[in-house]
Amino acid sequence: MKKVQNEVKVRFLSASENESFSRTLVCGFALSLRPRVDELGDIKTAVSEAVTNAIVHGYRSTVGYIDMLLRTYDDRSLYIKIRDRGCGIADVKKAMEPLFTTAPEEERAGLGFAVMESFMDKLLVKSEVNKGTTVIMIKRIVGIDGYKTEKQN
Amino acid sequence: MALDIKLNKDKTKLYAFLDGEIDHHSSVFLRTDIDLNITLYKPKALFIDFSAVTFMDSSGIGLVMGRYKKMNEIGGRVYIQNPPNHIKRVMLLSGVNRLAKIVNADMISEEVETLEEGAK
Repeated sequence: MKKVQNEVKVRFLSASENESFSRTLVCGFALSLRPRVDELGDIKTAVSEAVTNAIVHGYRSTVGYIDMLLRTYDDRSLYIKIRDRGCGIADVKKAMEPLFTTAPEEERAGLGFAVMESFMDKLLVKSEVNKGTTVIMIKRIVGIDGYKTEKQN
Repeated sequence: MALDIKLNKDKTKLYAFLDGEIDHHSSVFLRTDIDLNITLYKPKALFIDFSAVTFMDSSGIGLVMGRYKKMNEIGGRVYIQNPPNHIKRVMLLSGVNRLAKIVNADMISEEVETLEEGAK
């Protein structure tokens, strides 16, 4: 069993300014794993997609809280859980199809889940209509030292 | 991080230099500014320059797709100019480069020069 090394919980309003706040926060948290620059970029982009989804789709024209749970594990993996209590998704499978969007007039490309999926190692989406959506993403960080150094310790 | 749009104009080409982070929050302002200039100048080509963009999520794809539609209406083309590698990755993942061609730095310096001469 992998062990939790560090944990952070944050709650913020679904204001669009918080898109940049949340991804910067996750970046700061992930620094203890000494990630490479490209790994940080992947994490930042994936978090931005998930939080934007909660703001644009989950809460639409309303404002609500977004809960974020971050963890690092001793196997050098980063765990990110992003939860909203917004409108929820009726058909998760359909929502995850590339280019599918319910907000074309807002120029949403429909690529959020596709980006999360390809930039992270694992993506899990749970949703219930009128209850909200939970996105869980996991990424194993190779880091600037690589796995070898880790084993020597 | 702030975003800054600079538009250089001659008769046929519009340049939009983006600066900073492109997400859902910032893309709203960007598209309003670019669209205003498209409507005003009706250019044949729109060059969106990404060289100073430090972060972009799929909102940037939406931005390019939207401008492609807008330019298509007036018979113009869109070019993605000078994207850094991390941005190019998102562009290629989405396939938006099939709508708007990615152009390199050499072409740009040439274009900008002719543009400045034209302005004199």
